[in-house]
Amino acid sequence: MASIQLKNVRKSFGAVNVIKGVDLEVRSGEFMVFVGPSGCGKSTLLRLISGLEDITSGEMLFDGTVVNNLAPSKRGIAMVFQSYALYPHMKVSENMAFGMELAKSSQSEIDKRVSEAANMLQITPYLDRLPKQLSGGQRQRVAIGRAIVRDPRVFLFDEPLSNLDAALRVATRLEIAKLHHKMNNVTMIYVTHDQVEAMTLADRICVLRDGLVEQVGSPLELYEQPNSLFVAGFIGSPKMNFITGVAAEPYKCQTLGVRSEHLEIVPAHGVWNGTVVHTENLGSDSFVYVDIGQEEPVVVRVNGTAHFAPGAPLQFSPINNKVYRFGADGKPLKA
Amino acid sequence: MTSQNLNVTDARNAPTVKVLGTSELTQERLRAAMWFLVPMLLVLAVVAGWPLYRTIYFSLTNASLTSLSGATFVGFDNYYSSTTLKSGKVLYDGILVDSDWWNAVWNTIRFSVVSVVLEAFFGMIVALFLNADFKGRGIVRAAILVPWAIPTIVSAKMWSWMLNDQFGIINDVLKRLGFIEKGIAWTASDATAMLAVLVVDVWKTTPFMALLILAGLQQIPKDIYEAADVDGVHPVKQFFRITLPLVRPALMVAIIFRMLDAMRIFDLIYVLTPNSSSTKTISVLAKENLFDFDKFAYGSAESTVLFLIIAVMAALYIWLGKVRFDGGDR
Amino acid sequence: MWDLVKKLLFYFGVVLIVFLSVFPFYYAVLTSFKTGTSLFQVSYLPSLSTSTWENYVGVLTNGSFPRNLLNSLIVASITVGVSLMIGVTAAFALARVRFRGRGLVLMTILGISMFPQIAVLAGLFELVRAFNAINTVPALVFSYLIFILPFTVWVLTTFMRDLPVEMEEAAIIDGASPWIIIRRVFLPLMWPALVTTGLLAFIAAWNEFLFALTFTTDNTHRTVPVAIGLLSGASEHEIPWGPIMAASVIVTVPLIVLVLIFQRKIISGLTAGGVKG
Repeated sequence: MASIQLKNVRKSFGAVNVIKGVDLEVRSGEFMVFVGPSGCGKSTLLRLISGLEDITSGEMLFDGTVVNNLAPSKRGIAMVFQSYALYPHMKVSENMAFGMELAKSSQSEIDKRVSEAANMLQITPYLDRLPKQLSGGQRQRVAIGRAIVRDPRVFLFDEPLSNLDAALRVATRLEIAKLHHKMNNVTMIYVTHDQVEAMTLADRICVLRDGLVEQVGSPLELYEQPNSLFVAGFIGSPKMNFITGVAAEPYKCQTLGVRSEHLEIVPAHGVWNGTVVHTENLGSDSFVYVDIGQEEPVVVRVNGTAHFAPGAPLQFSPINNKVYRFGADGKPLKA
Repeated sequence: MTSQNLNVTDARNAPTVKVLGTSELTQERLRAAMWFLVPMLLVLAVVAGWPLYRTIYFSLTNASLTSLSGATFVGFDNYYSSTTLKSGKVLYDGILVDSDWWNAVWNTIRFSVVSVVLEAFFGMIVALFLNADFKGRGIVRAAILVPWAIPTIVSAKMWSWMLNDQFGIINDVLKRLGFIEKGIAWTASDATAMLAVLVVDVWKTTPFMALLILAGLQQIPKDIYEAADVDGVHPVKQFFRITLPLVRPALMVAIIFRMLDAMRIFDLIYVLTPNSSSTKTISVLAKENLFDFDKFAYGSAESTVLFLIIAVMAALYIWLGKVRFDGGDR
Repeated sequence: MWDLVKKLLFYFGVVLIVFLSVFPFYYAVLTSFKTGTSLFQVSYLPSLSTSTWENYVGVLTNGSFPRNLLNSLIVASITVGVSLMIGVTAAFALARVRFRGRGLVLMTILGISMFPQIAVLAGLFELVRAFNAINTVPALVFSYLIFILPFTVWVLTTFMRDLPVEMEEAAIIDGASPWIIIRRVFLPLMWPALVTTGLLAFIAAWNEFLFALTFTTDNTHRTVPVAIGLLSGASEHEIPWGPIMAASVIVTVPLIVLVLIFQRKIISGLTAGGVKG
């Protein structure tokens, strides 16, 4: 329901510049994911949007109105924290009602919204419990419920899954995706360092690096048209292979990027050849690590299982010439 | 200075940057912080600031207990003054030439240094015991809290009974063991009074020291010792090469606080060894002059000097130790 | 063999520590049950035949001791109550809000808690006399604040720093003002810290001697430490050791019980504050 615009937003803590001039537009109702390595400023950017931190300079607009100095509670936002941040001494229902209660909403209105949110997240049976009587996954659902009750224009998630174990993480991820479909007019911004979460949840991803926006686009855009070496290496699993030096010469570039699924093993006349270092069999597919004299072994994806003894010679080539060429500046070269 | 430089570069890089006002949230928090602090600062100003100022003021007057308001300003005469008599003889006066004062200074220093050194030593031993894993550790920890919990005055009385020259249990034990033949007047005799005070203070305060040191010891990761054990480092060497260096910050803080605390000692000495000149500290002397000998201004001067000594020590500590008071964020 | 010796030595040390810590109090208890001539015969073990409650009965029924107990209780409670009230909000400001001069305020607080009491005694005396407050509860509460308040603020600030930042931020987003955050979110979580701080402050106030000695002049207005400190006879041989020990035990037992109950909390409070015993 709200679009958010950031115009040359900067943030420094003392002498340390954390956000170094971000221009970004988050469209109304979209699911935007901020992703990047730790220290890139993604959480800080989220906290600037929430209003918990002051912007050092620049402008932030919600639906075209400048909100730079607006208090967080007046921005129409709700936030889900990494540590859940539930109030330990309040029952689940009280946790969810706290914001409305402070806003002096009527008791009937509060009850209605709390029970609606509880239904949506299937936490109704726990409404009378204290947070400490709940599991991690349930707590995170309560935290999401507390955010829903606020009926926000913008939903902010700060690494909400990183305290959960792997299985629960996948389940809760699905939960959040469903939530986005149900509340499809609410803008959601989600911070994570996990590119899989980013790829699976996002309408659009914003890759941040060192306090600056590296690239913004849909998951597939980033995957297929990374506009820098950094994005290419960050998005996709396993990591894109980077080939440099003599081995990249046939393609006339500084660095050549090839995804492992775009490589195939050939019996002869392969573009590259090397020796097998290790094979990972995952059942549905396998990853073969091949040493071709680069710093890192090149990973080649093979359908089904693969059997290569370490040390065996191997030749491989790109499929359909699907390669990414990068210049010395780390930017892609035009074809 | 740095921030100015930064602003300059910032402006050069991004000429369109607008410098912003403070947000509602920050304003609200700053305003709240101010109102939250005002009552405390006000109370402290009234109970600490004003009385301190008055004490210093009195030290520069000739105030006496009966005529506080009639005091007149005499400059530094209470600290040091000289009068030349008609005969040409010069008389010096003031605390700087007062042998009682210097005796008290010496007693204070002697007491502080010796008691803190002993407390650190025994505190370290007790802390090492408590840091070991053994059955009944809880009991020991509870036991050492007992001396700490007992009011100072009560421990002074308890010990003066135990140290009693005729009926005291300590003399009784020493007699039975054959060390002495006749009971010693521990608290009354000049030779032993300071020893008695030290014993009681060490007994009472070692637990506090031990707990502070223990907190420091528990910060040391266990695997360092395991690694040292594997390398066959002797336990004594482990203590001097691993434990001591790692626990030193905690130990130093404890020692400094205890030192500043010991410098102002009053109650124990006032009750345990009244009237003994060999234990009379600055606080005791100043209290006597203020209220018992009707030398109010003189006592104020002595109080002021004690304050200055402690203030200088604290300042040195903060400066040398580079203590950061602004520890937490938010 | 050597291991056994080491173990024996270790436990000998343990026993020695416990013995030295507890014995003086044990001996005081022992003495408090003795009267007359048995008082002046050193004994190491309690004996039923010479034990009597006489000293306790005497201390609690004659003289002003019950009154002194009440005085101490009132003065310490009010001082701690006032300090906690002022201290909680101040600690929030110091622990949770970034503002210029925060370091200076913290340094001042620590500095004041290090003040030698004697340095303010003359000035305080003038104030107390000017308000005609000698022998009154307010005079004692007022003077005790000088060391109880900084201590309280300091310890509460350390505790308050440890509360999770995200919880406060959740409350901010829920629209809670700083005052609401303190009242509705922090205080319910801080009661263990409040109990600890309050207890430590209470013990410090309960034990105070110099101010109470100076600002009270007659027996009915004295606090317990002063009453005990000044209990004496005409000459050394007339010092009423029995009643003194009984009074000592009476004021100490509640403290020891409290300390043992709240052992862990007290240790955390002492080391968190790291200021004063």
